[in-house]
Amino acid sequence: MSPSTQKSNMNWTVLFLCWLLVSGSTAGSIFFSSVMEFAPCVLCWYQRICLFPLVLILGVGLISFEKNVVKYSLPLAIAGWLVALYHTLLYSGIIPTSIQPCSQGVSCTEEYIDLFGFITIPMLSLFSFSILIALLLILHRRMTK
Amino acid sequence: MKNALLVVASFALIFGFMFASDWYKERQAEKSSFMAQENAETFIREHSEALGSDDAKVYIVEFMDPACETCAAFAPFVKQMMAKNPGKIKLVLRYAPFHDGADYFVTMLEAAKKQGKYWETLDAMFTSQPYWASHSNPQPQRVWEFLPAVGLDMERLKKDMKDPAIAKLIAQDIADAKTLNVHKTPGYFVNGRPLQEFGYQQLYDLVQSELQAVYQ
Repeated sequence: MSPSTQKSNMNWTVLFLCWLLVSGSTAGSIFFSSVMEFAPCVLCWYQRICLFPLVLILGVGLISFEKNVVKYSLPLAIAGWLVALYHTLLYSGIIPTSIQPCSQGVSCTEEYIDLFGFITIPMLSLFSFSILIALLLILHRRMTK
Repeated sequence: MKNALLVVASFALIFGFMFASDWYKERQAEKSSFMAQENAETFIREHSEALGSDDAKVYIVEFMDPACETCAAFAPFVKQMMAKNPGKIKLVLRYAPFHDGADYFVTMLEAAKKQGKYWETLDAMFTSQPYWASHSNPQPQRVWEFLPAVGLDMERLKKDMKDPAIAKLIAQDIADAKTLNVHKTPGYFVNGRPLQEFGYQQLYDLVQSELQAVYQ
């Protein structure tokens, strides 16, 4: 195997991991809303808007390895990350809830799950988006080198 | 090769999701049937209105909202099932007033109960629902037009609606709905087993399976 094929295989694997991450997060998000019946709040929806399309964008990028895939997916990942950060801060009480943008219906600060005593859904989202951005940046550096 | 991996991973995710859903629902069903044995009062409170024979062994507990269209659509269906199995099914109504301002109609219903016209009032509310509960143009006051036909003493009804006990009872029902994971109306439990897939046939099947289990 030539060094260049090895390199491109590695790039494919990194992109595949990104895809696996967003697909797993999407499945988890749908599990929370459809199976466990936690109604998604406004902020959750903004994060989902950034997350769900990535399954297809990264998926198409994988099928015929598309060099520009980072350019298209990174903006969505960053937008989602920002909302997730805001949501996590709101949730943990660092930003006071009085400025929360949610109207009547579903509260953005009501706690649903509490894994191991501290992990919340917005935190999971922030975690996913952070890993995704890191992986996409690694991929970008590898490809521009 | 790479694309095959993509396909395999996609299927793994989809099957994993389906498996997890089934597992979760199964676990919820177990939990709720355990609760039906251990904490029966979560399903049936002292104040809960019930229809049907006291000897019935199949209890349908329905979390409902007088302003909910699907509840109105299901009411005759449930009564048909009861009529087909006389003395075997008991219907217990609980409140989950999720629609905006639905407490008002629950209060009205509870006040009507004091005049012994509970089910008649509920029927009148359900049949007139399109006139006062339209989503685009809700007109809660219009429900009053349909109440005299039931034979209610309107002055007494208005007075009884101020009873603070009613608000307490609604709060209790909402708390129980939350405990039992009811997020939508109507929410059904048949002898403690939740209706997992919503639909007429699914409710019918659930009731039939309980009837068979209890009455052979």
